[in-house]
Amino acid sequence: MPDIMPVEAPVLQVDDLTVRFRRRGMDVAAVNGVSFALARGETLTILGESGSGKSVSLKALMGLLPDYAQIEGDVWLDGKPVLELPPAELAKLRGSAVSMIFQEPMAALDPVYTIGEQIAETIVQHEAVSRATAMRRTLDLLDHVKIPSAARRMKNYPHELSGGMRQRAMIALALACSPSVLLADEPTTALDVTVQIQILLLLRQLQEEFGMAIVFVTHDVGAAAEISDRIAVMYAGRFVETATTREIMRSPRHPYTEGLLASTVHGGLRGRVLETIPGAPPNLAHLPQGCAFAPRCRHAREICAHGEVPVTVSPTGAMVRCVRAAPVPAQEVSA
Amino acid sequence: MNMTADPRDRGGPAQPLLLVNDLRKHFPVRGGLLGRQIATVQAVDDVSFSVRKGETLGIVGESGCGKSTTARLLMRLIEPDAGDVVFDGDPVGDRHGLSVNAMRRQMQMVFQDSYSSLNPRMTMAESVAYAPRMHGLPAKEALSRAEDLLAQVGLNPRQYARRYPHELSGGQRQRVNVARALALEPRLVILDEAVSALDKSIEAQVLNLLAELKARFNLTYLFISHDLNVVEYVSDRVLVMYLGRVVETGPVEAIYARPRHPYTRALFASKPTLDPDRRTKEMPLTGDPPNPINPPSGCRFRTRCAFAQAICAELVPPLAAPLDGADDSGAHLVACHLPHAQQVLHA
Amino acid sequence: MSQATAELVRRELGPVEITPIAAAPGYWKAVGQRLMRDPVTIAVTVILLGIIFISIAAPLVAGADPYAGSVLARLKPIGTPGHWLGTDETGRDLWARLCYGGRLSLLAGILPVSISLVVGGFLGILAGYAGGLVGTLIMRTMDVFYAFPSILLAIAICGLLGNGLSNSVIALSVVFIPPMVRISETVTTQARHLDFVEAARASGTTTMQIIRHHVLANVLGPILVYATSLISVSIILSAGLSFLGLGVTPPQAEWGLMLNSLRQAIYVQPYVAALPGVMIFITSMCFNLMSDGFRSAMDVRLNK
Repeated sequence: MPDIMPVEAPVLQVDDLTVRFRRRGMDVAAVNGVSFALARGETLTILGESGSGKSVSLKALMGLLPDYAQIEGDVWLDGKPVLELPPAELAKLRGSAVSMIFQEPMAALDPVYTIGEQIAETIVQHEAVSRATAMRRTLDLLDHVKIPSAARRMKNYPHELSGGMRQRAMIALALACSPSVLLADEPTTALDVTVQIQILLLLRQLQEEFGMAIVFVTHDVGAAAEISDRIAVMYAGRFVETATTREIMRSPRHPYTEGLLASTVHGGLRGRVLETIPGAPPNLAHLPQGCAFAPRCRHAREICAHGEVPVTVSPTGAMVRCVRAAPVPAQEVSA
Repeated sequence: MNMTADPRDRGGPAQPLLLVNDLRKHFPVRGGLLGRQIATVQAVDDVSFSVRKGETLGIVGESGCGKSTTARLLMRLIEPDAGDVVFDGDPVGDRHGLSVNAMRRQMQMVFQDSYSSLNPRMTMAESVAYAPRMHGLPAKEALSRAEDLLAQVGLNPRQYARRYPHELSGGQRQRVNVARALALEPRLVILDEAVSALDKSIEAQVLNLLAELKARFNLTYLFISHDLNVVEYVSDRVLVMYLGRVVETGPVEAIYARPRHPYTRALFASKPTLDPDRRTKEMPLTGDPPNPINPPSGCRFRTRCAFAQAICAELVPPLAAPLDGADDSGAHLVACHLPHAQQVLHA
Repeated sequence: MSQATAELVRRELGPVEITPIAAAPGYWKAVGQRLMRDPVTIAVTVILLGIIFISIAAPLVAGADPYAGSVLARLKPIGTPGHWLGTDETGRDLWARLCYGGRLSLLAGILPVSISLVVGGFLGILAGYAGGLVGTLIMRTMDVFYAFPSILLAIAICGLLGNGLSNSVIALSVVFIPPMVRISETVTTQARHLDFVEAARASGTTTMQIIRHHVLANVLGPILVYATSLISVSIILSAGLSFLGLGVTPPQAEWGLMLNSLRQAIYVQPYVAALPGVMIFITSMCFNLMSDGFRSAMDVRLNK
């Protein structure tokens, strides 16, 4: 059961995604039952700190996890069940129906080919057009991502471009075949603030032009507020709260979300002691019973440490995984 | 800021703890067949500032602005090409002043990467006790001081003293780094992006800790960061750097409320909003920060400045009082030739 | 923990750690654990220890005088009663000669590497840490030696000094110093730029203190691995020198020398003639595999 039901058929639907890494000496529950649905042209931000499982979730959507990852659940992309596809079919989907941009552009760009060649090759592979057509579209794409002197830049190698331009080249590569879904794994985290805002604005603009849905993973509340329609807050492999951006920023309901927003530093807090969430995120190899956040939660009660945590879904589609949000008497809607 | 009598204090509260004059560092770029110098990275150029006793001076800027190089120059981890550093009235490195070693006992640094800052083969207590031991403290006393410092930074020595770096989380390691920096009882601590690599909730904890320690040990901080919000929260005065030069400096409220330099304005306008109803609509600044190799002549920001004129290419703008005359306390300084460029268009 | 600290802890930190961290072994313990799980390295180390033991305990194990020859018992094949591995061309028991020969061969293998480790390691760490003029001077001097192929250099030095075991040890030490310097310098240069070394410099401690406490522990691992791999080279080179008449002199037992003297017997008793070569092969192979095992064990990526 997805947590939020959009009006039209969702372009991406994830049901109870679970990822465990099992290897000699390691048993880590990285993702514990994540569900969401994404409509065309919508941006969902997965907000979480390190160790929350956000990057792993993203990689699972494209089948990019190593062999020792055990994946359960269902992922439907444009109606196709991604996790059950044979590798050849999955390879066809990557780049054409779904593509990904990373924190480090060199993770996506091959250093021994010019960026023009790389983008054109992707187009040719997925859409079987002539090379000349592909080159023309590449030029068009580079213009779209606002790389100046695109015709000249097409012949540059990745190391000849500055950091911001490499980022844009990577975005152009990801959009080459007009995917329905763009997965963005912390693409602005390593950027300077002036470049970051350019990339965020660019992504918003490209979304309007291309109409794709974006899943944006970040730990930066500011970036999330700038770009998302909805935010899903992730902790210890689960969504603890999802709602529209406005609802999350104005009236968070889960104690972790509250803590995260309260501990976000800004100048208005000068001279005051910052509110903090005590302790540290849990070890994913030894998750506590009951609510994973309970050991750090100031509202924790006896009941939080045992049993299933109730999930409450409001009429607008917002979800909270907390006992305090459950309506009284206990009429829970569990996922 | 009450300065309780520190026996090492010379000159009282009026004398700046740190005075930096025209600091310069250029790195040669070698290439070609014989490794000749083909270009220069002008990393730090004519940087001058002062740090008052008991304050926190924030240095803010993007990558390539030279803030980390400045920190390393101050600690003499890199030798400056030119410039003076005066610590509480004593010129550093001078025959009649403070030796570099003596300076290092009063000024310490915390680095950005909490993991690589710690020797992977040493326990936490050993890492913290290392410097005092090497300076002559008997091993037992050094260990005792290390344990005390671990407790001061919020780590129970019973649990953490004998651990190795890989057993601790990023936030815990950074606390150990702070403890290590305090082991020699310094008066000034340079925090070079010390909280930038931490998760936001951990960052808040460490910032609280730093504030506590500052009060407890009567410290002065030099806080270097690219995070505008954190710098605003933490600093009393702020220095804005661009491509190796200081472009603006002043009290934090003045700088953040009425930034005068076009770069500072663009920088602040680039901060992501925390209000989804008031999203950024336009890019305040286009393009990437240029290369510190062979930077633009005159004012280094002129290639991206909407107000640039001929004079900006010919003359390096000096750091001077704002040209609109509004601020005459002398505390707020801007490096810009043009009065109309310094006007704040909207509050 | 002092009284004051205990008081502080009790007052401010409380008894319970909210998020307990799991204990993990230190670096060397983790390396040891990895080694224990590697069957190849364990097997090879056991074999080597066996060979070393037999060489040291040669008088007890040999069962015959390695110098006692007998014209009647020349070139007996393997399995001859009384000489289970046969005899060489002057009738000496081959097993005894292999046992005693092991002493000299192993010595010629390990000693030069140890000497070059100390000398080369010192020079390399100095060059790597100091950099600048000193570093350049040391490294370019080493480069001159690198121009010569190792065996030729060894032969040249032995030719200069004369033959005999001590001279071949000296020659081999000189041959191994440049590669030791090179690897030490490389590793030290990398370590020097690590943040914790910079932090140590920033704390005003002296260079020697920094090298001793911070650089050495992090640098010795790779250097030792490299040195172990050089032992096999050293054994083969010294055997080669003896083969050429430049190292150990007859009638001493040494595997390379034995190979030389048994050369003509290869048509008569091929298996017996090959035996010293087999020992050289097994020993150097074992050292090689052991150093490989150490290298992978030391590559333990401790999770951050």
